Amino acid sequence: MSGSALSARGVNKSFGSLVVAADVNIDLPPGVRYALIGPNGAGKTTLINLMTGMLRPDSGRIVLGDEDITALPPEERVRRGLVRTYQINSLFPHLSALESVTLAVCERRRVAPTWWRPLTAYRYEIEEAHAILVRLALGPVCHRRTRELAYGQQRLLEIALALASKPKVLLLDEPAASVPREESRELFEAIAGLSRDITVLFIEHDMELVFRFASRIIVLVGGSVLMEGTPAEIAADARVRAVYLGEAHRVAVHG
Amino acid sequence: MTSETLAAAASAAPAGPNEFLRAQARWRWSEIAFWLATLLPFVLTPDYLILASQVAITALFALSLDLILGFSGIVSLGHAAYFGVGAYTAGLISVWGWGEPLTGLLAAGLAAGIVGYITSFVIARFRHLALIMITLGFCLLLQEAANDANWLTGGFNGLQGIQTWKLLGIFDFDLYGYTAYAYALAGLFVIFLVARRIIHSPFGLALRGIRENSARMPAIGAPILSHIRTIYTIAAIIAGIAGAMLTQTTETASLESLGFQRSADVLVMLIVGGTGRLYGGLIGAAVYMVARDQFSGLNPQFWYFWIGLLLIAIVMFLPNGILGGLELLARRLKVWP
Repeated sequence: MSGSALSARGVNKSFGSLVVAADVNIDLPPGVRYALIGPNGAGKTTLINLMTGMLRPDSGRIVLGDEDITALPPEERVRRGLVRTYQINSLFPHLSALESVTLAVCERRRVAPTWWRPLTAYRYEIEEAHAILVRLALGPVCHRRTRELAYGQQRLLEIALALASKPKVLLLDEPAASVPREESRELFEAIAGLSRDITVLFIEHDMELVFRFASRIIVLVGGSVLMEGTPAEIAADARVRAVYLGEAHRVAVHG
Repeated sequence: MTSETLAAAASAAPAGPNEFLRAQARWRWSEIAFWLATLLPFVLTPDYLILASQVAITALFALSLDLILGFSGIVSLGHAAYFGVGAYTAGLISVWGWGEPLTGLLAAGLAAGIVGYITSFVIARFRHLALIMITLGFCLLLQEAANDANWLTGGFNGLQGIQTWKLLGIFDFDLYGYTAYAYALAGLFVIFLVARRIIHSPFGLALRGIRENSARMPAIGAPILSHIRTIYTIAAIIAGIAGAMLTQTTETASLESLGFQRSADVLVMLIVGGTGRLYGGLIGAAVYMVARDQFSGLNPQFWYFWIGLLLIAIVMFLPNGILGGLELLARRLKVWP
């Protein structure tokens, strides 16, 4: 239809009197690196929840490629290539990294319901999972239980799990949340190195990272889109400065 | 993914990812020792083979609960419902004139599986406390229905006139329980192999995923409702087969087979033995039933005092059950696996 990888059209959502999404219209062209920014409570995570089906909008539509997915449950959206990660690690603590990613690959390839063949017969799935972990520098620790991994490694495992679903559109909810600055840059380098076939939208508070890794930025305030544009346009916009950037903007320009 | 990257990835791994997973599924010497030990009652305690057969049947029942509770995180306080459906199915078939044990098992497994599949649609949508109440409610409901259907089940008096034919047309179910124990043990072993295969399959991995973080599963594209329905149905089939074995080896079927008490007992056994380990239910059933046999010989009414004490002690000091405690001990002594 519009050629967008993912779009939200007139999406509204309220919890009682609290409006968390007000007539949100977003179009993500294929292959673009988008940042979603906005002050705390602007509804950034809610928007990801609405697009991935964890929440149902009160009105409006979510369109993936040229398919209306508004009524689909989360797992069906994942199977169509709309994949997310979580701000707070949501992993499988007692599974090893390799088992976790293998599970995600098995689900994608629809072999997870198979109970009569041993897992080790699925060499392709295991090796694909392993290759993803190696690419994200998790190869050496892939046999460790998730709970035993360092925090930064767990953040990478979040991304590895998402990649195992072969996303067309990847929504990253603060991928570097609580990661030390040096490591968060490495994490974003890994994200920047993803295939250009994947459209990426990430939530991030660190303006330096936003301006460095996003080709376009959406500013969300009070549940509605304040502005959408290139980093230069966003940085130059007086409204954006007023409601949000302030101090952080100066850091980005001078720091 | 190109084949080059795959090859590079495979060579980069120290032992190879596949080999590592394979090693986890390998048979350990402790497992082989366990199964050899199950043959000991034939020589060491031939007077207790009837008890041994009931231990094996109960162990099978506990194994079926472990598949849903231990591996998938689905709590049930009404699992005896499926045991009872199997017990009555085998009993009724016999009363109606067909006492062949193996086909009786199949029929019982089928009946319990159908009931399990139907109920799984409700079960899959709930978790935790709600699930405990729903499973308990279903179990009580079924027991009361069986009580009420006097014409079919014999009601309070149990099903009368069950006769089990010779096993394979050769082995009579004798008074000493040789055939009964061999039959129950063989059934337990075969189904254990199936259960072991399930947990080491892609589906088994998905079940562990549900147990570990069911909220994350949809985000990796997993249809968890359908996964839960499948394992719940499998567990119901196994419970039904266990129930049928009890009917066939004791030639009775009573309301006790599908009551709350049996549901609670099997849960206690599994927790005492250790959940999510396949062997926990087996060990728990053996400990529980042998202890009950010994203690109730001293004072039948007082038996639950000791069970209560045992349960509290286990949960306080060995949160992973007897088996979890043994694993910890073995790791300390560095003799595992």
